[in-house]
Amino acid sequence: MSLAKRIIPCLDVDKGRVVKGVQFVDIRDAGDPVEVARRYNDEGADELTFLDITASHEDRDTTVHTVEQIAAQVFIPLTVGGGIRELKDIRTMLNAGADKVSINSAAVKNPEFVRQASEKFGAQCIVVAIDARKVSGDHEPARWEIFTHGGRKPTGIDAVEWAAKMAAYGAGEILLTSMDCDGTKNGFDIELTRAVSDVVSIPVIASGGVGNLDHLADGVEHAGADAVLAASIFHFGEYTVREAKEHMQMRGIEVRL
Amino acid sequence: MSRQQIAVIDYGMGNLHSVASALQHVCDADIAVTSDHHIVKRADRVIFPGVGAIRDCMAEIRRLGFDILVKQEIASGKPVLAICVGMQALMQHSEENGGVEGLAHFDGTVDSFSGNGVFKTASLHAKAHEGVQLKVPHMGWNNVAQTQDHALWRGIADNSRFYFVHSYFVAPSNSLIEAGRCSYGVEFTASIAQANVFATQFHPEKSHKVGLRLLQNFAKWRCE
Repeated sequence: MSLAKRIIPCLDVDKGRVVKGVQFVDIRDAGDPVEVARRYNDEGADELTFLDITASHEDRDTTVHTVEQIAAQVFIPLTVGGGIRELKDIRTMLNAGADKVSINSAAVKNPEFVRQASEKFGAQCIVVAIDARKVSGDHEPARWEIFTHGGRKPTGIDAVEWAAKMAAYGAGEILLTSMDCDGTKNGFDIELTRAVSDVVSIPVIASGGVGNLDHLADGVEHAGADAVLAASIFHFGEYTVREAKEHMQMRGIEVRL
Repeated sequence: MSRQQIAVIDYGMGNLHSVASALQHVCDADIAVTSDHHIVKRADRVIFPGVGAIRDCMAEIRRLGFDILVKQEIASGKPVLAICVGMQALMQHSEENGGVEGLAHFDGTVDSFSGNGVFKTASLHAKAHEGVQLKVPHMGWNNVAQTQDHALWRGIADNSRFYFVHSYFVAPSNSLIEAGRCSYGVEFTASIAQANVFATQFHPEKSHKVGLRLLQNFAKWRCE
C-alpha cells in the first residue's frame, strides 16, 4: 500500500469539442468534452486534464462554461490549461471549478508569473507545462529545448534546467510533453522524462507518444514519472482507463482500482 | 420540516465550488458557500475547507473573524467537517511559512514531509532502490486505514484510496483522536475525529465515490 501512480486522460478542446492532433496537425474530432470527461470519471481516471487549444479570445467563455459543467459532475481533480496568462485567468478557472491550472507560454515569457501564481493560489494548483524537443545530434550528450506555440517556436531554453527552475519558482507539478513523440504512438521520451524527474523533487507527469498500455507502464517504470497522461488511446476507444490500470498493475505498478 | 442547511465557510482561498457541488450531488440540502457569519451560525452543519499556504489562510481567517466563529460553531455542538488546510488550521502551530499559529482546537503541530527524518530516510531509500525520490507535495491517491470506528466511514472499505495534495501533515498530541492513518515515507494522521468535529487531510470532494460517500455520511451524521 502506497501512493498510486496516476493515469490522467487529456482532453484537447477546440471551440467546445475534444480534438486530437497528430503532432499538432490533422485534428480529429473526439466528442463533447463533458460527455468524454464523465466517461473517464466512470472508468476510474485519477485526474483529468483539459487543454484549451482554442486560439481566439471570444471562445474563452465557451471554455469556462465547459469547465463549469465538467466540475459539477466529475469529482476527481481537474486541471485546466491553455491561455493562462494572468492571475485573473487563474482565478477565473478556479472559480469555474478547476483544481489546478497549467501554465506554459506565459511562464516562458515571464517566469515571475509562476512565482506570483504559486504565492497567491498555492503551489498545489500550479502545474507548469513544458513542451520539449530534442536538439542534440546523435553523438552529442542529449539536450532538449523548450518550444512554445504548439511546438513551433524554439526558445533556446534547456528543458531540464527549466524544469528545475520552475520547481524552485513554486510549481507544484511538471507536465512534460515530448514534441518529438507527441502523436507518434511510439511511447514517451524516456530519456527526457528520466532527466527531468531526476532533477526536480515535485511530481512529474509524462506526456506525448502513448500508443499502447506498455508505454504507460514504461513511463513509470523506466522514466520515473509520477503520473502518465494520454489522449488518443482513450478517445478513440482503443483502451479504457480501467484496462490501462489493470495492465499497469500486472506490471507491478501501484494503481487505484 | 425544512431542508437542512450546510454552510461552506469561504475566506477567499481556493476552489470551494467543488465542495459545494459534491455535497449537492449526494444530499438534498441547501448548500451555502459563504463568508456571512449569520448564515454560518444558522446552518445545521459547517464545512471548514482550505487550500494553499497556511499563512495566507490564517491571515484571512483572522481578518474575517472566522477564528472566533469556527470556535463558537464547534462549541455549539453542530457537525463540523474540516478539510486539508482547514484541518491544519485547527492545530496549535504549523511549521509552514516560517511558523504560523493555528486556532489550537486540537493539541499538536503541523509538520513538513521534507523536514521529517523518517521521510528523508525513506526518500533516500526509494531513490537507491527504485531510482526515484519521494516527491513533495504528496499528490495523488493513497490508502487510508481507519483507526476509529466512525459514522463518517460508514460504507467505505478500510484502506480505500483518497485524493491527497499537501506538503505538511498534522501530528496530534493525543493519538486517540486519530480517525485515519496514511503512509508516505512516514506514517501520518490522515483524519481526526473528536466529538462533533471530523477532519481530513485528503479531499473528499475530489475522491470520487469514496469521497462522495464520506460527504453523504457527513450530511446525515448525528453527533449527539
